[in-house]
Amino acid sequence: MTTISKTADVPRRGTDAKDSGPLLDVRDLHVEFHTRDGVVKAVNGVNYNVSAGETLAVLGESGSGKSVTAQAVMGILDMPPARIPQGEILFRGEDMLKMTPEERRRTRGAKIAMIFQDALSSLNPVLTVGYQLGEMFRVHQGMSKKDAKAKAIELMDRVKIPAAAARVSDYPHQFSGGMRQRIMIAMALALEPDLIIADEPTTALDVTVQAQVMDLLADLQREYNMGLILITHDLGVVADVADKIAVMYAGRIVEHAPVHELYSNPAHPYTRGLLDSIPRLDQKGQELYAIKGLPPNLLNIPTGCAFNPRCPKAQDICRTEVPPLHSVADGRGSACHFWEETING
Amino acid sequence: MPEKTTVNPGAVAGPGTTGDTVDLAAPGVGAAAVEAAGGPANKPRSLGQDAWRELRGRPMFWIAGALLVLLIVMAIVPSLFTGADPDHADLRNHYLGEPQWSHLFQVDWFGYNKQGQSVWARTVYGARASIIVGVCVTFAVTVFGGLLGMLAGYFGGWADALLSRITDVFFGIPLLLGALVLLQAFTNRTVWTVTLGLSVFGWMQLARVMRGAVITQKQSDFVTAAKALGAGHTRILFKHILPNAIGPVIVVATIALAGYISAEATLSYLGIGLQPPAISWGVDISAAKDVLRDAPHVLLIPSAFLSITVLAFILLGDAVRDALDPKLR
Amino acid sequence: MGRYVARRLLQMIPVFIGTTLLIFLMVYSLPGDPIKALFGDKAADPATVARLRHQFGLDQPMLTQYWNYLTGLFKGDFGQSFTGRPVADLIGEAFPVTIRLALYAFAIEVVIGVALGMLTGLKRGKFVDQLVLVLTLIVISVPVFVLGFLAQFFLGLKWQLITPTVQDSMNLGQLTVPAIVLGALSLAYVTRLTRTTVAENLRADYMRTALAKGLPKSRRLGVHLMRNSLIPVVTFLGTDLGMLMGGAIVTEGIFNVQGVGNTLYRAIQTSEGPTVVGIVTVLVLIYLVSSLVVDLLYAVLDPRIRYA
Repeated sequence: MTTISKTADVPRRGTDAKDSGPLLDVRDLHVEFHTRDGVVKAVNGVNYNVSAGETLAVLGESGSGKSVTAQAVMGILDMPPARIPQGEILFRGEDMLKMTPEERRRTRGAKIAMIFQDALSSLNPVLTVGYQLGEMFRVHQGMSKKDAKAKAIELMDRVKIPAAAARVSDYPHQFSGGMRQRIMIAMALALEPDLIIADEPTTALDVTVQAQVMDLLADLQREYNMGLILITHDLGVVADVADKIAVMYAGRIVEHAPVHELYSNPAHPYTRGLLDSIPRLDQKGQELYAIKGLPPNLLNIPTGCAFNPRCPKAQDICRTEVPPLHSVADGRGSACHFWEETING
Repeated sequence: MPEKTTVNPGAVAGPGTTGDTVDLAAPGVGAAAVEAAGGPANKPRSLGQDAWRELRGRPMFWIAGALLVLLIVMAIVPSLFTGADPDHADLRNHYLGEPQWSHLFQVDWFGYNKQGQSVWARTVYGARASIIVGVCVTFAVTVFGGLLGMLAGYFGGWADALLSRITDVFFGIPLLLGALVLLQAFTNRTVWTVTLGLSVFGWMQLARVMRGAVITQKQSDFVTAAKALGAGHTRILFKHILPNAIGPVIVVATIALAGYISAEATLSYLGIGLQPPAISWGVDISAAKDVLRDAPHVLLIPSAFLSITVLAFILLGDAVRDALDPKLR
Repeated sequence: MGRYVARRLLQMIPVFIGTTLLIFLMVYSLPGDPIKALFGDKAADPATVARLRHQFGLDQPMLTQYWNYLTGLFKGDFGQSFTGRPVADLIGEAFPVTIRLALYAFAIEVVIGVALGMLTGLKRGKFVDQLVLVLTLIVISVPVFVLGFLAQFFLGLKWQLITPTVQDSMNLGQLTVPAIVLGALSLAYVTRLTRTTVAENLRADYMRTALAKGLPKSRRLGVHLMRNSLIPVVTFLGTDLGMLMGGAIVTEGIFNVQGVGNTLYRAIQTSEGPTVVGIVTVLVLIYLVSSLVVDLLYAVLDPRIRYA
């Protein structure tokens, strides 16, 4: 397995300096799943970092490895079947993969919290939301049941759930989709973590509610100066809230860039394809662009550039050699042999 | 399963794998990759074909199937397995004769009972009663319970309320207890009387399962579509609902069959099922309990055959359930 | 909630009447004359038979007899057995024994069944899972009376760990093996059911959330997993208590426990109509009440269920 050169990665300051370095720094992370049918290589050398107050959007389609990377950071992968053969996940300079399970558990929820896509199934159906929120304080801070409940009400207020005191004893199914997602956000915020990972936090919601929830999340992030990793497929959402974007394909980051540069000038054919397939008003009546073919089979990733079978620009070299992550500009990288042609249109 | 890795490319044709849109729903690849090997649940192929494909790959299905074929052949032509006459009694020479383990398939393979009858011959001939009662009761309760459940589930309203209360009434009496009281009234009991007794108190579970399955199917889009196209009740019920609702019923019926075989043996053991001239494992076990101390084999051999028969049907039911309901795997 | 309970209680009335009527009709209207049976093989004096028939009300129309029985019940009168003893006395003698036996069996199946189910559900596919799965399969396949004889033969006769039959029906120690035999089948079911729901819920999204919240394992399994997994198990257990009482017929017979099963079995064999009807009536009541309790418990355990 070839690893991506780190030359073009976002410039890093001294890794020992806990306060000045990035909050989270994922380095050359590999994750594989051992299944009956063979080894599924879900993540193949991912590098990314997030600083306090910064929002990183991770973009990719099914099986691109974006959720698996997040779960590895969170430490909630089922191992086995998952395995992390290689890589580092540095949180404030400390490699979390070297922590004991107990140390790791204490960081979860307290230092790094996660928001899931489907709040209805992600909340326990038979426990009240107050209990599930209060649990954070009871477990991590040893708070009494009564105090925890008061804290839960405070949190529900904070995420703008009306009549919080009255609804604290309700069950998840008694809330609307948007309110449930607010509860998930409240749960993530409970212990004021340094980093929040939101895995498609608005996908399951109505379009009108999506914006409200996203705004709330962005406001709270600013207020607490948290790092935010936003895993999404919605390019519209990304444009509004993200500082930088990492595009993933077949377990690798194929392009990363500050958000506006990526939008105006994609440096990878895959990113370009994604942007071109967004319906636009000025293209009314024209056929919508679509990327050809299917996402790769992770049991058998194509040789060379994993995107080559679907790439309109593919040449012989793309079928034989894995493109390194070329430095495109300061803080920008593209894993395409022909990034220069791509970026110029 | 919102996500499918292409482990099984031929079969995967679901939405979300077309790959040419930006709409990329993607929860953890791990769980999906592990599960995807079984194939997606919503293929357009028929339930029967799917289930058969699943079943073929299960060793348990073949073990259970082979056992059952053997037992059914035993029930139909017992003389294939033993040349001995199960009724022939030789008290003087063979009272509680010891098993001769090396005499495979011989008269004295499993020794003799207190009447001097060959335990092996009686055990072979005993299969018939068990299989007949098991199969017939299952057939009767599936047809009757299934029909009632179908009507209750499909028409709902007062029909459902009435049929459900009747089901409740019968549910109040345990199978064994009801059959005991009913059968006590018959002085001459045959396999058919026992079948009747077990059927009268055995149909409720099937009715409930069928009712539930029909209600689920009734709300599905294809039934609404059939209604919109003007299909009649009979057509909707038998053409559209039944084929889709039958799965869980088959599973429950197969496992219930094992229960009826066990119940027949229990009734015969209690002396209120089949009666002595009839050959049945339950009757033989009942007769052998008096000599348990001196000749346990007389009791243990028919018990073992009875248990294996019940086991075979349960294994079959388990395999069928797993094949029909992949999410329980 | 109150209205729901009231409605359920009202619903129980027709079921209770229906079930007891069914038993009543079976006992009294099927062929076979219980009074003649009292005389055994002896020729009965027609006058005596007529007198007895009148005494037990057997000369009245069936529905009148049933009505008399039902009104008697409300006064706590279960009628008289043909031998002249009040059925209520027989019930009072036999039920404490069987309730004790059934509760013992119930406790065994709940404690061991849920524990084994949790264990195997968490260790799905491992050796211990496969082993327990095979064991439950065997227990389910072996009919209860065979299991009883196996226990009696090996524990009682061969290794002499217990007395082959129970000497004192109220002695809990002596009831241990009968209780295990009685509860074995349900124990296997509870194990398998718990295993399935545990394994299923283990994959649920909320379990991933619990992990992401940094909850310790004890809390994830003990609170989040347990609360969800026990819901279907409780439903099964509710209807099971009634089944255990019915299953006592076989177990009590084998181990000679002087409880309801034995009394009922003898009554059925001797066509003791009043005794059969009386005992079955109590069994039906127990069944109805326990299924009501389960329904209420279900609604408490699963907030998604509404009292409709």
